[in-house]
Amino acid sequence: MKVFHPEAMRVRAQGAVIGVVALMGLLGAAFFRVQVLGSTTWSLRAESNRLRQLPLPAPRGTIYDRNGAILADNVPGYAITLLPAPQDSIRATLARLGQYMELPPQRVDRLMAELRRYGRELVVDADADFAVVSALEERRAEFPGVYIEMRPRRRYVGGAATSHVLGYVGEITAEELERASFADARYEQRVMVGKTGIEREYESHLQGERGFRYVEVDAKGRIVGDFGGVTSDPAVPGHDLRLNLDLELQQYIDRIFPDSMAGAVVALDPADGGVLALYSAPSFDANAFVGGVDASLWEYLNTDPLRPLYDRPVLGLYAPASTFKLATAAIALDLGVVGPEDHMPVACTGGWFWGGRLWRCHKPEGHGSLDLAGAIALSCDVYFYQLGLRIGLDRMLRRATDIGFSRECGVDLPQESQGIFPADRQFWNRRFGYSPQEGEVLSLAIGQGPNDQTPLKMAQFYTALARDGSAPAPAIAQGIELGEGWSLHLEPEHLAALREGLRKVTQPGGTAHYAGTLEHWEVLGKTGTGQNAQSVAGLAADHAWFAAIVGPFGGAPEVVVVVLVEHGESGSRVAAPIATKAADFYLRKKHGIEQDTIQTLGEWVQTRGWPDWYRQRYAGGG
Amino acid sequence: MIRLFERWAVDPALVLAVLVLSLFGIAVIYSAGVVYVPNAVTQHAWLRQGVWFLFALAAFSVLARVPLRWIEWVAIPAYVLSVVLLGVTLVIGTGAGTAEGVKSWINLGFIGFQPSEIAKIATVLVLARLLSQRSEGLSSLREILGPAVLVAIPLALVMLQPDLGTAMAFVGILFAMLYWAGTPVALLALVASPVLGLILSFDTKIWSWYIVAVVAFLYFYRYRLFLFESVTVVLANFAAGTISRPLWNSLATYQQNRILVYLNPEVDPRGAGYQIIQSKVAIGSGGLLGKGYTLGTQKRFDFLPEQHTDFIFSVVGEELGFLGTALAILAFAFVLSRLVTMAKDSPDPFAGLVLFGIFGAWLVHIFVNIGMTIGLVPITGIPLPFVSYGGTFLLMSWVAVGIAVRVAHER
Repeated sequence: MKVFHPEAMRVRAQGAVIGVVALMGLLGAAFFRVQVLGSTTWSLRAESNRLRQLPLPAPRGTIYDRNGAILADNVPGYAITLLPAPQDSIRATLARLGQYMELPPQRVDRLMAELRRYGRELVVDADADFAVVSALEERRAEFPGVYIEMRPRRRYVGGAATSHVLGYVGEITAEELERASFADARYEQRVMVGKTGIEREYESHLQGERGFRYVEVDAKGRIVGDFGGVTSDPAVPGHDLRLNLDLELQQYIDRIFPDSMAGAVVALDPADGGVLALYSAPSFDANAFVGGVDASLWEYLNTDPLRPLYDRPVLGLYAPASTFKLATAAIALDLGVVGPEDHMPVACTGGWFWGGRLWRCHKPEGHGSLDLAGAIALSCDVYFYQLGLRIGLDRMLRRATDIGFSRECGVDLPQESQGIFPADRQFWNRRFGYSPQEGEVLSLAIGQGPNDQTPLKMAQFYTALARDGSAPAPAIAQGIELGEGWSLHLEPEHLAALREGLRKVTQPGGTAHYAGTLEHWEVLGKTGTGQNAQSVAGLAADHAWFAAIVGPFGGAPEVVVVVLVEHGESGSRVAAPIATKAADFYLRKKHGIEQDTIQTLGEWVQTRGWPDWYRQRYAGGG
Repeated sequence: MIRLFERWAVDPALVLAVLVLSLFGIAVIYSAGVVYVPNAVTQHAWLRQGVWFLFALAAFSVLARVPLRWIEWVAIPAYVLSVVLLGVTLVIGTGAGTAEGVKSWINLGFIGFQPSEIAKIATVLVLARLLSQRSEGLSSLREILGPAVLVAIPLALVMLQPDLGTAMAFVGILFAMLYWAGTPVALLALVASPVLGLILSFDTKIWSWYIVAVVAFLYFYRYRLFLFESVTVVLANFAAGTISRPLWNSLATYQQNRILVYLNPEVDPRGAGYQIIQSKVAIGSGGLLGKGYTLGTQKRFDFLPEQHTDFIFSVVGEELGFLGTALAILAFAFVLSRLVTMAKDSPDPFAGLVLFGIFGAWLVHIFVNIGMTIGLVPITGIPLPFVSYGGTFLLMSWVAVGIAVRVAHER
């Protein structure tokens, strides 16, 4: 049969039609399977296909001061982010964004470099103005790759006044994510965490749990709208935190602390050891650190010789100088080597020969013969040299260590310096390579020698004096149980003798009479002039100390303030007014007495003349 | 009116079917442009397709009326010209759209076209001339060699672009026309066997059994008569099994991925498997009745790849459901079987062969394009006749319709 015979063609055509029916039938069956039998599965997939989770950052817990005033809270912040796209389109979008926000050419170049390098989303502005954000939202269609993220922004109400104690937050680093303390599921990339201070200490308490928003996106990841079917999973805010701090006191201290000077102010509540104020000068504004610190500011803060980032009250170690004489006296009383009325065998003539050399007193004319309270009031070195010898080096080392001068305070902060005080004679061998002579006790007795303490430690010690001889660990947050405090083992009459000495410091003839006398409050104080490496070499002045225990006349002390001013030279002139003014401010506020800018006796005498309350108190004295 | 249409269409059934498919295509292309974040190209694609459709109708009207002898006469020059153009394309060709790395277009400034579209029709014509001169069927490999070389030249040039989809259309043309020229199906299967052997060689055990089966088949079928050819088939199968590994390694990564993803799309859901998964999600979520014309959510979110060209059938599936896909498949089945009927009814061997060439090309286009949208066939860049967006492709499809009705109704 010929190939193109009609019958042959009919047979082949039949075969071809069968082939067509088979193949088209196969297609039809496949579509039936997917569209009719598998429809539910695929519909579900279609739903989830266009959903994307966007993280909703959780607001951190608010931090309140003791009076309920806000120390740190969150304000709405907006970050403008650009999703990755080809370079030309990013450049074009940036050019269009430039009509609504400030985008200098250098910034554009930096962003383009970032895109080329990492190829991921670009944060055009981590903290955009609301006006810019609303302008962009209105023109959303023009900016398909632009994504505006709502980020709660941390705000520190007290600014520089509270920066050291509260610390600040910043984006978690890759290194931090590795650490055990951030092992929690809440910690992921781009989460803001506390870096220092209270923010760091109570990080896991303040940190909330991020939520998610579900949005519909297209294949290129562009957000098309909120998804109606699934409600967003809201963020859980962090827990609030209430502190013992007093914001107004903190701000007041920031105001009166001399500009240009470095130092620390600590105020404790003797009732419970609560930290009322913890201030370090100079300071910085933690608000500038939120969302990334500006490079030039960071450079400045790190190169300034006054080291504004250094938290002096808890990290700074200073020779406690005369403020330590109370510890010497307390140890001597407890050992029974001296009684409150006892005078030392040698009266002060401005110095004392012992062990073949002259040990100077700070007053060249000499103080004469003094009892314990008088020696404290006038801070007579000659008296304390002899008292130190009575205690003896070994007992001095053991007792001071027992009391806790080489420990930490146990304050609720991530970092704290431990006090330096020799535990035994080996200390000298280890550190200086020689065996100590008995004479070392003379230096230690007046707060010099290998004895360095933080201002907070000294405040804790004076709190013990203001109480019954014991003091709990200073607590910044309320309602927390901190470790063991500090106990001086003092008999009540010994404690009374020490307080009498402190009281005399601010009375007529005492070392801090002018700065330490207040209209409404009784001030027990102690000055200190701490030598330091620079002052010994004659390059700078000594550090100035003042410790004050202040409260209503005849009542229990209500506040303990310790002030240290680096190179302040004189405890009574520079440090004492800061301490007494701060205490006065705090107590006036607490007792509802009107504030006054003229507070200390010194200020009265300079501005308004001798006040009546002073005449009445000291009946014609002056 | 109806008579007017019949006179114009020459073959009213075929022309009505492709007319409906073309209009349907424009409507779906319009819908494919309705997305949440529109872009200028896809938004107005339906308008451009409409304009091209008018050109296509004009071309059809002319071709349906040229004398058959002109078409026969033009076959050889057209074939030579298209082979030259394919060669030129490899040098100065450009890519288009998403297939930018491919050299398949010649840009004339005001218009771009794909020489491979012309080559398909020219090959059909020249092959029809060659095969129509025989009165006996082809019964040996040696007889198949000539037609195979004629097809292999443009096919190889197209593969070099590379454009696998069009290359497959050439294979469809060859096999369909050989079939109509009376080649036994068993012989065609033997010709295709090395390709099957190539695929099966990835598993040594399966491949061994396959070779045994081929040898056994040859032994019983015709080895006594054609010893030389039988040995050639077996050797070709061995060669295919041997070169499969180096051949695989010589493929570009994206080509390897396409094959791997065909076997299991979920191996790479964001990369190579993305298209097939998104397409299946769209089609599957369409269900029985679909989400409604222009209302496809996957399409609106732009999840569908190439949704106005190669994956247009996904839009059909999502918006019109199984009802829409089934009707469309039926329409294509009708077009294909109509071509077969026209071939059967035409007394001129040349006409029947031309019709079967067109049949072979379209069958491959339709089956591969629709099949890939639900993962039945590996993804190949191949458009759906009359429906996919693409001006010159639509025009050439209508040129083919014109030639088909012309040759079929020559009396």
